[in-house]
Amino acid sequence: MIPFTVCEGPAAPLLQANIDTDMIIRIERISKLSRGELGPWAFEMWRYTESGASNPDFVLNREPFTQAPILLAGANFGCGSSREMAVWALQEIGVRCIIAPGFGDIFFSNCLQNGLLPVVVDEVKVQRLAAQAEEGRHLRVDLEEMRVSCEGLPDVPFSLAEGARQALLEGLDEIGQTLKYDAPINAFQARDRQARPWVYGAARSASC
Amino acid sequence: MPATMLDKIWDTHVIATLPGEVSLLHVDRHLMHELTGVEALCRVAGRQLPVRNPDLTFATLDHVTSTRPLARDGDEPWSTRMIQAMRAESRAHRIPLFDVDDGRKGIVHVIGPELGLTLPGLTVVCGDSHTCTHGAFGALAWGIGSSEVAHVLATQTIRQRKPKSMRVNFRGAVREGVTAKDMILHLIGKLGTAAGTGFAIEYAGPAIRSLDMEGRMTLCNLSIELGARQGMIAPDETTFRYLEGREFAPQGAMFDRAVEAWRSLASDDTASFDHEVEIDSAAIRPTVTWGTSPEHVAEIDAVVPDPDRDCDPGGRAAWRLALAYMRLEPGQPINTIPIDRVFIGSCTNSRLSDLREAANVLQGRHIAAGRVGWVVPGSLQVKRDAEREGLDKIFTQAGFEWREPGCSMCVGANGDMVAPGQRCVSTSNRNFVGRQGPGALTHLASPAIAAASAVAGHLAAPHMLPERGL
Repeated sequence: MIPFTVCEGPAAPLLQANIDTDMIIRIERISKLSRGELGPWAFEMWRYTESGASNPDFVLNREPFTQAPILLAGANFGCGSSREMAVWALQEIGVRCIIAPGFGDIFFSNCLQNGLLPVVVDEVKVQRLAAQAEEGRHLRVDLEEMRVSCEGLPDVPFSLAEGARQALLEGLDEIGQTLKYDAPINAFQARDRQARPWVYGAARSASC
Repeated sequence: MPATMLDKIWDTHVIATLPGEVSLLHVDRHLMHELTGVEALCRVAGRQLPVRNPDLTFATLDHVTSTRPLARDGDEPWSTRMIQAMRAESRAHRIPLFDVDDGRKGIVHVIGPELGLTLPGLTVVCGDSHTCTHGAFGALAWGIGSSEVAHVLATQTIRQRKPKSMRVNFRGAVREGVTAKDMILHLIGKLGTAAGTGFAIEYAGPAIRSLDMEGRMTLCNLSIELGARQGMIAPDETTFRYLEGREFAPQGAMFDRAVEAWRSLASDDTASFDHEVEIDSAAIRPTVTWGTSPEHVAEIDAVVPDPDRDCDPGGRAAWRLALAYMRLEPGQPINTIPIDRVFIGSCTNSRLSDLREAANVLQGRHIAAGRVGWVVPGSLQVKRDAEREGLDKIFTQAGFEWREPGCSMCVGANGDMVAPGQRCVSTSNRNFVGRQGPGALTHLASPAIAAASAVAGHLAAPHMLPERGL
């Protein structure tokens, strides 16, 4: 995972509430394309007109937001389907941080798994940041200091669970970390086989 | 100290406490499907890691499988390739895969319970957000992303922060004709789609206790549409009766021993929850969605709401967008909205009782002229059981197509889509913009309302239909 420390640049305001992961990446792209091929299809229902041309009204098609590393979003961003491809698609168009009043729980986890920083701040503050961003001012998101700064506004502090923050800062690989717990996992399973044998018996009758 | 069911299940699964309030939890059941499964298995193999517990991992084919009668693979070369890859990867990693030949293929959230893989007190994860369905058994079950799927494959554990607890009490009894789908749509309409964010929800109360297991699954299935990763119901005699004799459930003396343990899972009487919600069950009416979020609900005999009158100022813009997308006008009676298609299926409502509920409406009736109706059973087992009862005949005589199991038109991953501009009454779980296909207009509803709407040609409840012909 790529470590996240500081991210600075244009922030694209996309403040509609309840933007779901189906909207971020459509099912037919997930099923037919691989990771690395999703970027052109992020937000496709908004990004393109029916004829397939670039939709000039969509924020990510307007400068200075076409390469924006930060998204400013509405409440409950990333609700719905668990598809991690929504995170991959956003990363493939250069998004490194999303600031919103709230996120879908599974999307939030998926962001952390991939080094994309989800920042929760009040709706009013998101709107203030958006007003500045619309003027072309850059935002700076600092995960060490846990604050968002923007010229002309007081710094906006945010919080993130310490475990998640460390993992992002260091770009930790969770699988590698958890494999170090092999002995406790074995011990748990040995105890649990005695306490709840029915949990482990299932596969014996699986004649597949 | 008094404990909630969440506390009890959580505590028995903690292997280690990690920095930052994260627990390393044991995963008792990892359910897989081809859409996220192939990539994750290849990722683990690419790191030269074995699947740690193939004995606790179970796979099936549902998202991209064809639902055409007698189909075995995909409808197109890409989907058939994905299915074949899932078969090959499962074999290579010794993961049991439920397929056509063994007669156990189906939607992952239908077959888990049906085969007795889902049991009370278990942690169940799957790379699909509707994994909350399994909470109906008093399991802690939730959807995870692809990276977490790979983590579970490699370690049989998951790193989690404990969710907050919410209890939703359905007081009293529901009126006749009100289904589990109506109950949960009503709740989502009341609370909104973000109310459950950060919570595991426990559903309780007399109206929950009197639901059968399939109704409980429908209810828990839509927990994620409340924003909650997990929804759960305490196991009781209804749960135990359902499980007894299922293929992978414990048998004989072991079953009795398990039931003994399962009886202690329910939240203690004095346990406290971070949040409690009270619902008057008698106030629930047959409910459908009018908009593009599961919280956009209306009773079947109400009218399309008016953003200016019925919505908080902050939400009006979103409601107007939803109305425009759905091509509806405020004030229009819901039960006059003409429809083009009906989809009965999905992990929400594709089980035997759902098909009985729809067939009961359709018996002796026919789908309205020009409308298209599909029934996609949740599994091969459901399909066989329904055929044994003759439900397939009722559906086909009513003009419905009787298809092979899969996720189908709920999500369109296999290509089963609603055409642009077509309006579909769907027993599924999401009415998002474009969910059933680009430009598709979705109304979520119970199987009874879906069937009645097919007959009427517009949104309708069974009691609104004319008497059956002889």
